[in-house]
Amino acid sequence: MARRAVLLLAGGIAVGGMLWAAQRSLNDYQLRLLNVAGINIILASSLNLTNGYLGVFSLGHAGFASVGAYVSALLTFPVERKAMMIPDLPSWLARTAWPFLPALVAGGLAAGLCAAVIGFPVLRLRGHYLAVATLGFMIIVQTTAASLVSITRGAQGINGIPPATTVWWTFGVAVLCVYLTWALDHSPFGRAMRALREDDHAAQACGVPFLRVRLAAFVLGAAFAGAGGALWGHLITVVTPSSFSFAFTFLVVLMVIVGGSGTVAGPVVGAVALTVVPEALRLLESGMTVGAHRMPPLFGASQLVLSVLLILLMIYRPSGLLGGRGLRGAPGLSPAPSPGRTAAAGPRPPGE
Amino acid sequence: MDTFVYILQQMVNGLTLGSIYALTAIGLSTVYGLLRLINFAHGDLLMVGAYVALALPALGKVPFTAAAVLPVVAVAALAMGIERVAYRPIRHTPEVTALIVSLAVSVFIQNLFVMTVTAQPRRFALPEVLTEMASVGPLMVNRAALITISTSALLLILLRVFVTRTRLGIAIRACADDIHGVELMGANSNRVIMAAFGISGALAAAAGIMLGGLYGRIDPFMGFLPGLKAFVAAVLGGLGNLAGAVVGGYVLGLAEIFFVGMLPPGFSGYRDAMVFSLLILILLIRPQGLLAGGG
Repeated sequence: MARRAVLLLAGGIAVGGMLWAAQRSLNDYQLRLLNVAGINIILASSLNLTNGYLGVFSLGHAGFASVGAYVSALLTFPVERKAMMIPDLPSWLARTAWPFLPALVAGGLAAGLCAAVIGFPVLRLRGHYLAVATLGFMIIVQTTAASLVSITRGAQGINGIPPATTVWWTFGVAVLCVYLTWALDHSPFGRAMRALREDDHAAQACGVPFLRVRLAAFVLGAAFAGAGGALWGHLITVVTPSSFSFAFTFLVVLMVIVGGSGTVAGPVVGAVALTVVPEALRLLESGMTVGAHRMPPLFGASQLVLSVLLILLMIYRPSGLLGGRGLRGAPGLSPAPSPGRTAAAGPRPPGE
Repeated sequence: MDTFVYILQQMVNGLTLGSIYALTAIGLSTVYGLLRLINFAHGDLLMVGAYVALALPALGKVPFTAAAVLPVVAVAALAMGIERVAYRPIRHTPEVTALIVSLAVSVFIQNLFVMTVTAQPRRFALPEVLTEMASVGPLMVNRAALITISTSALLLILLRVFVTRTRLGIAIRACADDIHGVELMGANSNRVIMAAFGISGALAAAAGIMLGGLYGRIDPFMGFLPGLKAFVAAVLGGLGNLAGAVVGGYVLGLAEIFFVGMLPPGFSGYRDAMVFSLLILILLIRPQGLLAGGG
């Protein structure tokens, strides 16, 4: 136990020192990129809880991040600007402006609450209903944000959100999130999650509560996604219904898989790599000069490259860069079930 | 009487939309039944179909039959190509892998079109013969709507005959039931799966052209939402159940139109939210679909 405390302290000091150095030496663009990397670490690590450890595929991170961003933005927005920009707010909301920390927590809690509402019906089922239900949740959030003009200002979005996000906040939450993943990985709860992923019938026979474990992991992941979204909103200072789109979710999924789902470090590596790579690919999209030849701008090129990368990765190295236990028998992805098991554990809903 | 006509008119609109969902859902459901794969790229096949149809008049004088048939053939070939290149190598891996690959294929197709034809929406004008209004009893109905409804019905009947009467159709159903058993009987499951993808692609192309005609404009992302909604329709009828997918498609189309038509205008923005709330509600109450037991 003492060893763990020393390690944690040393890790904390190291990260703190690096952040301090970064804040003193980097320019605005680089700091912003660093913040985005931190937020991506939060999002990827939290998605890893469901998609990696639990083996249930969620595509809801854009939706949850959106909820967190809106809640935190509305709570921290200065009272006098609310009166001007969003005059139709309910009076209790119009009269308060919270400090950043409670608003951040509230954003996370709100996202977690949404996850509980969707997760309860969907997580009882086997198979990948969750993927579509969470994607549907993203659409629900988008259309609600676009239609509920009196609170969200509709498609215009909310701009001028207090720019409260600093590298201390992002990496504070990121370290907390990664530490939690690590602690869960080594706890009975983590073993319960992996047991359900590998063989849920056997796990249940050993007394693992199926729905409770799944729901807890899903809600925890969503709460961190909400906090990540809130940090993002206070970094960019604008949130609109389309801020968190399908492409956003796709990128986070990619981070988890590239790094190695079901590992602690994998999503962190994936998040950093996929923060930097799209920045480089952006050159392609804006058009660049190769020698004397001016390339035309290729919009969509970065997404195209990333999708091909993902397909190749799934075919040749489905365990990701850090999921190093063999190519197929990776910890994140159990080996192909035998035909008999597919019929039993397959996605047919109960009752069929 | 006016309310009655209004309701009938909305019914026609609902059936038009429902036909498109039914054609999309049945392809999704067929593939799901065979491979337990939620094919996220299915919606994008609609988009490709619409773009191919749009490109044809530009190629010069194309006879009308060719304009209707070519996109269908092209998208069927594309769907089979996707199966061969992306889905077959990962067929015996866990379900999650296939899900991720289909997601990647979807993003790939969308962005390939963004790169080549740009994300700018294009006008998708049907020939004037089709947009004329025809009066059916007290109703004024767009001819295109009538063609959509009747063509879909015809295609669905053809499909029904195909899966019950032909060798290949029966093989598809047998594979959905027990693919390993079918392989033991000496059938070539690769060919069966490829055929299923071809059919799902063909139906998707037809649905895509109808969708383009319905909204009058197309863009590279137009297939995403209908693809997801078709999944809702398939779940509504029970995943893997072909008749259920058709019923689910029509129910969803009607529900969507009546949701917008019957509620005050302020609510119409919530149309898509309604569809997916319905999905979550069904999964809560009746996850085996509305037509459980059948199929």
